[in-house]
Amino acid sequence: MDGVTATGVRADARIVARADGRGGTALPVLDSDGPLALRRTRADGARAKVMLVGAMSGPLGGDRFSLTASVAEGARLHIGSAAATLALPGQTKDEARYDVRLDVADGAELHWLPEQLISARGSDLKVTTRAELAAGARLVLREEQVLGRAGEEPGRLTSRLTVRVAGRTVLDQELASGPGAPGGWDGPAVLAGHRAVGQLVVVRPEFAEHPVEARPLGECAALIPLAGPAVLVSAVAPDALRLRRLLDEAIAPFNGT
Amino acid sequence: MARAALLVLADGRFPAGGHAHSGGAEAAVKAGRITSAASLEDFCRGRLHTAGLVAGALAAAAVLGVDPAELDAAADARTPSPALRAAARRLGRQLLRAARAGWPSPELDALAREFPKGAHQPVVLGLAARAAGLGPDDAAYCAAYESVSGPATATVRLLSLDPFDATGALARLAPELDRVADRAVEAARRAAAEGTDALPAASGPLLEVGAQWHAAWPVRLFAS
Repeated sequence: MDGVTATGVRADARIVARADGRGGTALPVLDSDGPLALRRTRADGARAKVMLVGAMSGPLGGDRFSLTASVAEGARLHIGSAAATLALPGQTKDEARYDVRLDVADGAELHWLPEQLISARGSDLKVTTRAELAAGARLVLREEQVLGRAGEEPGRLTSRLTVRVAGRTVLDQELASGPGAPGGWDGPAVLAGHRAVGQLVVVRPEFAEHPVEARPLGECAALIPLAGPAVLVSAVAPDALRLRRLLDEAIAPFNGT
Repeated sequence: MARAALLVLADGRFPAGGHAHSGGAEAAVKAGRITSAASLEDFCRGRLHTAGLVAGALAAAAVLGVDPAELDAAADARTPSPALRAAARRLGRQLLRAARAGWPSPELDALAREFPKGAHQPVVLGLAARAAGLGPDDAAYCAAYESVSGPATATVRLLSLDPFDATGALARLAPELDRVADRAVEAARRAAAEGTDALPAASGPLLEVGAQWHAAWPVRLFAS
């Protein structure tokens, strides 16, 4: 952390995972930074597990957070978080930023399964998540946004998710919500009053030859094969609990990777 | 070249098959999310700022000479729903046929060869505008307007909505349409300089999810 400045906190956390040569995964780099505290937890077989622990609340207005995870050939890594991330208003009127960059090499696997991002009233956060995968990489990625705490108006949240496989973009989606977002965000084409929205992406090389069939999961969620070796579950729900249930059910057939 | 070509291209009677698609309105009506002129306007506003902005930027970038294959791939990544991707390609194919009749050009011929099953409609729209001598702003306006005029016309049929009310909703969206077209052209210029990652990726989750739900119905009035 470069420290706390007049405009906010800057924190850059970094994780590197490598095959340890004995069938497990080593973490030669596990750099926490300020509010982004990383803890290694008990491995799950060959898969190393890292927990993102919020050491202080945030991101607040003006903060700049980034998290980079690189999973090298043959390594398997699971990243979760201990609690939801809460975007809050800061001292400054500047927007906060949170950039997540995930790189997964051939034969490597990453599970990026953080808890929800909650956009509290008066906050202004821009999140980007960019996953860069080699042709033979595997990924399970979940992102969930909750617009406002219980009964609260949401803050402004812009979130862009980009997934690239072998240099080709297979998914690029941005959602803007809250006060100041382009019109219609809460209307019938975008969220229609739902306060929880989520995406779950599974990338596997074998989907290239055995594509998954599309499946609607009611009018508010769908399992969708993307233009590439990947599937997406996209869902909106009234609240975080029901969103998680929808995503969990949709992903069940792909568990045990 | 003739600016009036824009009127030909944007005319609802241009034989490009758009009338068979509701732009997500049929699913939204069935789900009870469009019930009136006011909710139609809100639906159109949301579609304009998401799918409309992306379509406008793709079309404007095609006019500026960005590689159509790259734009088509960018459109795929920004359209997760396979039902919507298939609809966009069908519409692209039909538009290309009409455009080649109106403004024959080697670029349109090349596009037909490269995408026998059709390229994404906004990419074709941009190349058609380019063949007609129109500018990136013209193409962006045309794409952005189509993103709202389709659902408005469809809702008149689906809900027996008063056509005057639907027209009123479209007229009230005009100032926002100006802003979306401006943003689309700005993004297209960035894409021409920096690559297609600079294109907007604004999305409406219910448009994508609703399209998959709609595609699974045994009987429907509109193709998408």
